[in-house]
Amino acid sequence: MTGLVQFGLGFLAQMAAMLPLHPPTASTIAENVDLLYYFLTVLTLFFTALIFGTIFFFMVKFHRQSPDEIPADTQTHLFLELTWTIIPTLITFVIFVWASVLYVQNSRPPASSTEMFVVGKQWMWHIQHPEGIREINEMHVPVGQPIKLTMTSEDVIHDFYIPAFRVKKDVTPGRYSSLWFQATEVGTYHLFCAQYCGTDHSEMIGWVYVMSPTDYAAWLAGGSKSESMAQMGGRLFSQLGCQSCHTGESSGRGPSLAGIYGTSERMRDGSARTVDDVLIRQAIVNPNSIALPNYPPIMPTFQGQVNEEQVLQLIAYVKSLGPEERTMSSK
Amino acid sequence: MSTVIAEMPGHELPTESHVNYLNVDHSVKSWLLTVDHKRIAILYLISITLMFFVGGFFAVLMRLNLIEPQGLVAPETYNKLFTMHGVIMVFFFLVPSIPATLGNFLVPLMIGARDLAFPRINLLSWYIYIIGAAFTLYAVISGGVDTGWTFYTPYSSTFAHSQVIPTALGVFITGFSSILTGLNFIVTIHKMRAPGLTWFRLPLFIWAMYATSIIFILGTPVIAITMFLLGLERLLHIGIFDPAIGGDPILFQHMFWFYSHPAVYIMILPGMGVMSELITAFSRKRIFGYTFVAFSSFAIAIISFLVWGHHMFVTGQSVYAGLIFSVLSFLVAIPSAIKVFNWTATLYKGSISYEAPMLYALGFIGLFTMGGLTGLFLASLATDVHLNGTYFIVAHFHYIMVGGAVMAYLGGLHFWWPKITGRLYPDAWARFAALVIFVGFNLTFFPQFVLGYLGMPRRYAVYPGEFQVLNVMSSAGASILGVGYLIPLIYFIWSFKYGPIAGPNPWGAKGLEWTTPSPPPTENFTEIPIVTEDAYDYAGTTGRRTHG
Repeated sequence: MTGLVQFGLGFLAQMAAMLPLHPPTASTIAENVDLLYYFLTVLTLFFTALIFGTIFFFMVKFHRQSPDEIPADTQTHLFLELTWTIIPTLITFVIFVWASVLYVQNSRPPASSTEMFVVGKQWMWHIQHPEGIREINEMHVPVGQPIKLTMTSEDVIHDFYIPAFRVKKDVTPGRYSSLWFQATEVGTYHLFCAQYCGTDHSEMIGWVYVMSPTDYAAWLAGGSKSESMAQMGGRLFSQLGCQSCHTGESSGRGPSLAGIYGTSERMRDGSARTVDDVLIRQAIVNPNSIALPNYPPIMPTFQGQVNEEQVLQLIAYVKSLGPEERTMSSK
Repeated sequence: MSTVIAEMPGHELPTESHVNYLNVDHSVKSWLLTVDHKRIAILYLISITLMFFVGGFFAVLMRLNLIEPQGLVAPETYNKLFTMHGVIMVFFFLVPSIPATLGNFLVPLMIGARDLAFPRINLLSWYIYIIGAAFTLYAVISGGVDTGWTFYTPYSSTFAHSQVIPTALGVFITGFSSILTGLNFIVTIHKMRAPGLTWFRLPLFIWAMYATSIIFILGTPVIAITMFLLGLERLLHIGIFDPAIGGDPILFQHMFWFYSHPAVYIMILPGMGVMSELITAFSRKRIFGYTFVAFSSFAIAIISFLVWGHHMFVTGQSVYAGLIFSVLSFLVAIPSAIKVFNWTATLYKGSISYEAPMLYALGFIGLFTMGGLTGLFLASLATDVHLNGTYFIVAHFHYIMVGGAVMAYLGGLHFWWPKITGRLYPDAWARFAALVIFVGFNLTFFPQFVLGYLGMPRRYAVYPGEFQVLNVMSSAGASILGVGYLIPLIYFIWSFKYGPIAGPNPWGAKGLEWTTPSPPPTENFTEIPIVTEDAYDYAGTTGRRTHG
């Protein structure tokens, strides 16, 4: 008898292992999302059971007794109508607030986040660490550290999706989108492309390796790259001849880039724009769409000469230029 | 000897004694040039049934492919299968399904009119539909299209190497048939109601058709513009959706969903209209909360234009836009809930019988309830982030469009089949088919909810092995569902020729369409009826309908 029970429990456990109801719970937000999900599931089951139950009850109870039976009229009941209008409205309002609070909380990366960079390309994921290590279809991250991803696409729209973290964001050409997470469990998790992107869309998958901080540090140190992203960007900067105009002096044909990141620049039409990733990218691929008051529109586009990963390296370089590096860039 | 022959089935075909719209002229020309709304409904019925089985065939191949994690066909083939399944089912089956067949047939009959307001335009609608379908079928035959039915740019405009233009052209063209049908319905409902048939005496099917027509007219031009721009972008590279020359691929999604979300309600509102007719007829009760059910159709039609952004929560749309689209999406769920509660309440103290149409109706309520409630998961921002683009979405919209719209369409077809053809079908087979479809449907799509939460993305030709069990369950269900759809096809065709004569009103239902012979004469009514009672007045409490 106990053997049978044991077998039964074992079978159930095996079934549960074969048919889990949720993916691994491996980020700070995953449990909160699951809680809302299970609340909604219970709500769905409750209302489905309520409707089904009522219908079955009525079907049996009010089954037609004779072919010419005509039931008496029931008058429309305003109180009932209002009840089943107002109660669902209140319930949905509660769900809306709950889901929205969670969403808004999850939409801002913490200030302590480490930044990493993702470029989607038919049909692979390029990951760059600020330290310079580049990966394809694999992403190594330390556990417990908030990671902010800045993402763009080389071609069509992709979508960066890690089910175990309950995060997802479209990766769109011509835009930077961002996504953040903080892994809570060491392990290996699926990385999927969740926006149809052509023939091998379903092969545009990979793995996220969540490592303990020491393992991660060892992994970083073992990487062959000795240059950081900013250093790579600096090398590109001179290879492309950028410094011939962006000399770092106010007399240069282009504005000095030293210390420019994060400042507010006045445009020719009087508006002001913050110098951020988006603006720098725009300045590289479509420079004449940015009209500066003191500089003629003479910069050529670098579209086609640099890929999105290199643009990100150039941005990292510009970002790294403090005012004190003015002399260095003018060399 | 002669008695033996008489007993053999088929030798004593039941025949109608009266001249009706079917037997008035048997020539092919009389069908292809007909301006009779009933005949045009039949033309549509044949066309969309054909498209349904073409689209269904692609679905069967998709489910076969997904039995094996490594897939059985090449990824490019699979991508074409789901694209053509979606394009054909959405634009050439679901959108025209109830309005173009049952709507075409019933709108004049239900309001006591002899035809639609513009009979020739009605025929034109069908020809436009056929031309649109021809372009799309040409695209299928000449290599297929692989963009997904959503045609997202810049994949569709720049990167896809498949028949995007003919497909987009097919969708563009067929949209005009929707617009003209909507126009025809609105004018007809305004101007051609029988004497005494006031707005609040109209059957709720008519209210639903009216609300659907509003979306047809206001929404369809936007998909036409979108497809037109997509074609220009692909042919001439004008750059409107191309970020490399200053365009924006996300703009396409805004335009696409501005039509395609209301289009979901084009698919479900007519089904809701059918439901109100079926529930009342098989419980012999006046609808509970007539005005609430009627106006909820309008609330849905209007709010449906304001929720498109909920398809785009993960595109990088601003947090505030996300919040607004989320709250509006919750709001649009309320009128649907009101309808479900009112249908349920209509059954209370009714005289309920369970012929096949009623089984479809009850199946609709159950599946639509589940489809609607799972929509809350997707209107909720935090859960949508995880579920967007996964099989959860696929399951959700199939519960609405197949569990809801197709169940209602089949229920309506079974209900009005005796009126359309004058024949009965074998009810036992029809009940059996309803059951098979219900079971097959749930087995196909319920596992997909779980797959979606586990994180399996949609549109995957190959997938990680851990998802196989649920995929095999889904494919097994699909095979049952496929059989379920074939059974009605067989007995309907049988019934058209051999079915017993139905008589004018086999269900004992209320409504003007049941007061005229089956099949109706070409002019619908020998004399235009005068209406003196409310809709669904089974208890006879508001007076008596008189003729002439």
